[in-house]
Amino acid sequence: MTLLPVLLLAAGTFAFRLAGPLLSQRLHISARVQRLLTLSAIALLSALVATATLTSNGHFAGGARPAGVAVGALLAWFRLPFVVVVVAAAGTAAVLRMLGVP
Amino acid sequence: MSSVDRALVRDVAAIAAAAGVIGVSFGAIAVAAGVSVWLASAMSMLVFAGGSQFMVVGVMAGGGSPVAAVLAGLLLNARHLPFGLVVSDVLGKSWPVRLLGTHLMVDESVAFALSQKDPARRRAAYWLCGLTLFVAWNVGVLVGAMAGRALGDPDALGLDAAFPAAMLALLLPSLRASPDEKASAQAVSESTRAASVARRVALVGAGIALVTTPFLPAGLPVLLALLGLAVALK
Repeated sequence: MTLLPVLLLAAGTFAFRLAGPLLSQRLHISARVQRLLTLSAIALLSALVATATLTSNGHFAGGARPAGVAVGALLAWFRLPFVVVVVAAAGTAAVLRMLGVP
Repeated sequence: MSSVDRALVRDVAAIAAAAGVIGVSFGAIAVAAGVSVWLASAMSMLVFAGGSQFMVVGVMAGGGSPVAAVLAGLLLNARHLPFGLVVSDVLGKSWPVRLLGTHLMVDESVAFALSQKDPARRRAAYWLCGLTLFVAWNVGVLVGAMAGRALGDPDALGLDAAFPAAMLALLLPSLRASPDEKASAQAVSESTRAASVARRVALVGAGIALVTTPFLPAGLPVLLALLGLAVALK
């Protein structure tokens, strides 16, 4: 692999990142649009959570990962500390894999 | 920054530690796929978006063309455009600082910013998470690339479950009404209504992404989740 594709990906990614701040400086954004923008981030992040939990390369991800995320989600719902949520999710998936769950 | 409190530092450290280990595995995988140590490191510093980095190395290691690899990586990163509209207020006023902050825009820093209501805390959470992840990710990649393929199956450590769980924990405050005892009845009902709209948008968005994932190239299903906004427009 050469440097050129890396530079193209870096430039394109930075352009995507910069487009938001540039546009929001040029446009007047009303309170209503601001609320919709926040909702759009919520939609995107929820979609990331769902696909990262249940799929891997376009297929179902198996049992260990969704089980780990479910344990983390339960602990987060009961407002346990963030660190506990992250460690419990990873630990559950790791233990299940050790036991042979895919 | 006085708004950086201990809880925030601890939360950011947890996610940065996980990102560091994934960085180690990216470095190891990249080198195993024939990428040089310096190129793997340069990529991690210049692109700084893990998913697209794994994808580009995977496509090219599988014999795909560089053009296909870059297009796939860009499609995956297109979600940063709407992210930028949401977090532009945390990037600061001066342009050198804004450009630096722009580069730190990743899923985790955006989710951390979103989980804070107060503007000063939003800014602190975004920058602390972005900078810490940048360091952890790049140190991890360098270590993994130098150590080679001996290290690194993050799945064995369950880290593939840690990231969605962490993101979900950051999203939860936006998805449920925050019970504030001093708030007026009207403010409470307003907050309950906003949370229920957010839940509907999140569920519909996640559903659209899940249903379309088997049929569309990676990245596109997550972008299509924006169609979920339709349920908030009525």
